[in-house]
Amino acid sequence: MSVLELANTSRWYGNVVAVNDVSMQIGPGVTGLLGPNGAGKTTLIAMMSGFLAPSAGTVLLDGTPVWGNVSVYRAIGLVPEREASFGYLSGRQFVRANAELHKLSSPGEATERALGIVDLVEPAGRLISTYSKGMRQRIKLAAALVHDPAVLLLDEPFNGVDPRQRMHLMELLTRMGAEGRTVLFSSHILEEVEQIARHIEVIVSGRHAASGDFGAIRRLMTDRPNVYLVRSSDDRRLATVLMAAESVAGVQLEPRGGVQVQVTDFGEFAVALPRLARDHRISLREVTPTDESLESVFAYLVSA
Amino acid sequence: MNGTISRLAFQSLFGQKRWWVLVALPLLLMGLCLLVQVLTSGDAAATSFEPVIVVFGLGLVLPLVSLLVTTGVLGPEIDDGSIVYLLSKPVSRYVVALSKLVVAVAVTVVLGAGSLFVAGLILDPSQLGQALAVAVGAAVAGTAYCAAFVMLSAINRHGMISGLIYVLVFEGLLASWLSGLRFVSVSAFGRRIAEGLDDSLNLVAGNLPVTYAWLASLVVIVAGCYVAGRRLSRFQLRGDE
Repeated sequence: MSVLELANTSRWYGNVVAVNDVSMQIGPGVTGLLGPNGAGKTTLIAMMSGFLAPSAGTVLLDGTPVWGNVSVYRAIGLVPEREASFGYLSGRQFVRANAELHKLSSPGEATERALGIVDLVEPAGRLISTYSKGMRQRIKLAAALVHDPAVLLLDEPFNGVDPRQRMHLMELLTRMGAEGRTVLFSSHILEEVEQIARHIEVIVSGRHAASGDFGAIRRLMTDRPNVYLVRSSDDRRLATVLMAAESVAGVQLEPRGGVQVQVTDFGEFAVALPRLARDHRISLREVTPTDESLESVFAYLVSA
Repeated sequence: MNGTISRLAFQSLFGQKRWWVLVALPLLLMGLCLLVQVLTSGDAAATSFEPVIVVFGLGLVLPLVSLLVTTGVLGPEIDDGSIVYLLSKPVSRYVVALSKLVVAVAVTVVLGAGSLFVAGLILDPSQLGQALAVAVGAAVAGTAYCAAFVMLSAINRHGMISGLIYVLVFEGLLASWLSGLRFVSVSAFGRRIAEGLDDSLNLVAGNLPVTYAWLASLVVIVAGCYVAGRRLSRFQLRGDE
């Protein structure tokens, strides 16, 4: 059981503040670090993994400073966002090199175990340069898991991974958390975070905007009014039908076609829309969130 | 020293298709010697030793091989951030730097000094001593070059370009006009060391004290190791943001 603790941690580059006075404690279980791009998530993870010195404040792993202390890597597994440019190695060679660098007593066994966890045993003999994005993500995870670390830090692990692989990765992280590991992953996608994280830390413009269990954050998110643009085979009828739904606050026919729908409860709307459309034999052609710009979502969160 | 780091560094140099670039220059040097020997029907040593060995070999092939190897071993991984996979390990960063430098030096010595040794023998097969002296001088200079290039790439972003400027402009051009620059020229150290080992050699190194050449090379090498280690200790991970 390991705990990462940030106390009044700040980081600035010249006069640009990337992380501003953040204090948080990350314990066993899966924690989601949520924030729009450029919010300072990578900077935070870099400080947590000893690849950036805090300009002020401290970052401690079980009471020991992380910066300038390579022995912390016995307990930390890091999955950076950047690709591993070790394309000239096979997956197995790459993971094994990681095992050797950790000076494990039986690197071969540890390698096979890690490859098994991420389900890459069969393609492990191929060069990494031939891997798909999802496989690369998994081989990075295997490399980070090879020494069975108590803490796992992942920077945007779901970026560019196809849905099936994403499911697989999510299951894996959930399992790691259930085993008592401290798992922290960053993401800018709300739905992604709430699916697996018990605890969520929200970062906006370098500040610690919200912290809590996923229920509390979820409530903040779902109460937020949303606007969607829906195109269908019969916009006017769809508008009539939607207006009757509990989760809809208003509808408007767009001059260029489509219906703009104001939604009060996103979760309910997501279930109601396809059902209503099917019941009334309207085929949906497009459903687009129009104000889903993350800035607006997070601005709402911060003001709440 | 860490065997895994060294092995990976070696694989990164030769596991990719650009390995032939490293081998091309030494092959060119040896090929040139062979050509001269054939064209002058065996009388190459007297006429061509200085232009081929000193100007082309020690002045160009050795530093360029060293530059390519050194920047290849350390540069790309730092630039694209993938060195975090090597650094997020309970291994001293100085050990990581040293293990990579050792590979750079070994490859430079084999390809750079090795090809100079063979080139010397092709030009004058009777002078084994001379060829050996040149090879030792080249090995020391090659090591010092690796260290110097590591330092150059630590103080600015463009390691390859600043290395080229050092070799071509500073050593190749300025040092021939301003003889005082021999005191800070790795190439001059190497030539002087070779001259010190074989009195019959004249590699136009000027009147540099031989002891100074050895000591200065040592200082550069030690400083290079320290700078490389320190650079990795301070390595910062940056996101795309």
